[in-house]
Amino acid sequence: MKKIIIYLYALFSFNCIAKSAETGGMPQLNPEFWFSQIFWLTISFGILFIILSKFILPKIRNNLETRKSQIMENIEIADNQKSKSENNLKEYDKIISDAKDKAKKTFNSAKEKIQLDLGKEREKIESELNSKIQDAENEIKDLKKSSPEKIGLIAVDTAAEIIQKLIGVEINKSNVSAIVNEQVKLMKDK
Amino acid sequence: MATNPMYQFNVYRIGPEIKIGEVDISFTNASLFMVISTLAILIVFNLGAKKKSLIPDKIQLLSELSYSFVSKMISDTAGAKAKPYFAFIFSLFMFVLFCNMFGMIPYSFTVTSHIIVTFVLAAFIFIGVTIIGFLKHGLGYLKLFVPSGVPIILLPLIVVIEIISYLSRPISLSVRLFANMMAGHTMMKVFGGFVVSLGLVGGWLPLGFSVALTGLEILVAFLQAYVFAILTCIYLNDALNLHH
Repeated sequence: MKKIIIYLYALFSFNCIAKSAETGGMPQLNPEFWFSQIFWLTISFGILFIILSKFILPKIRNNLETRKSQIMENIEIADNQKSKSENNLKEYDKIISDAKDKAKKTFNSAKEKIQLDLGKEREKIESELNSKIQDAENEIKDLKKSSPEKIGLIAVDTAAEIIQKLIGVEINKSNVSAIVNEQVKLMKDK
Repeated sequence: MATNPMYQFNVYRIGPEIKIGEVDISFTNASLFMVISTLAILIVFNLGAKKKSLIPDKIQLLSELSYSFVSKMISDTAGAKAKPYFAFIFSLFMFVLFCNMFGMIPYSFTVTSHIIVTFVLAAFIFIGVTIIGFLKHGLGYLKLFVPSGVPIILLPLIVVIEIISYLSRPISLSVRLFANMMAGHTMMKVFGGFVVSLGLVGGWLPLGFSVALTGLEILVAFLQAYVFAILTCIYLNDALNLHH
């Protein structure tokens, strides 16, 4: 039906031009083979349209779609892997920062402990030293107290010995000691 | 014999005369080139569709690129509603393109340089688009002739102009393609004739022109096929999405 309409329409609109065609010399306007051209155009274009639309174009569309979906899938996989690796990286960073924190803490606590120990040890040593110093001072005090008498005794002994050696006479120690005591007293007074 | 530049457009019978009743439908050189174009399209695209590799080779790429090219052209001009007409517009574009391109081979015949061929295609498109428009919108399709936002005084004039422009669509569509192809081929023939008549001394200039014209004509062959297809899309757009 449609074809007939086209035929009639074409015939109608070009009837007038066609008459002048034979004199004009344009082979396009010679209607001798118009129907042949319309007929073969319809057949070849019809076949082309049917085969393209039924067989070839769906295949091409299929190809394009499968490629698209495959690419999308690959992109998705790549995205997943990317996010996974990013997570891994974050975990790794976290582990490293944790380890750093831990190391710092350990270091700090060790430092504190060492300082504490050091302080204790120092206190202990200082107190020991203090007591030792006290002892020494006490000893020195004792010595200071007892030294003049001892010095007196020593002086008496030595004086007695010296006198004996010098003049060969044994002298009564009490005499000597009296003199020494006198001398010591004099020195003390000075 | 072939000095007349219009001689190349002659249609002659190949083989026996075939008649249905009074109508002569003999196989001619024009028919031959229609069949050759059809076969070439089918062979190329069948080869391209057969391979299903993820990374396409040249022929697969060719068919897939033309598929997406036409697909993009349709969706850009006529929107998503035009999807069902994709196969028709694809076949139309490829048919016109291959006929134009086969016409560029020397001593071949350009199917599209005949007004009757382009007119039948254009008339088919015109009638088809009109039917689609009336089927989709009923009598509302007539709103196409009444643009919105026009002063009422101007309306009668505008409606007449719109109707004339609508009715002249098949003529402008067919004459554009036919005239472009005929003019180009005639020009090439004329310059080719100059090369022969001016001979070895003066023939170089028209030869250069001829070479340049060949390039231009190949461009025109593609461009006219593209224009033909895109105008079809635009007409289809009017019928599918009525917004004038």
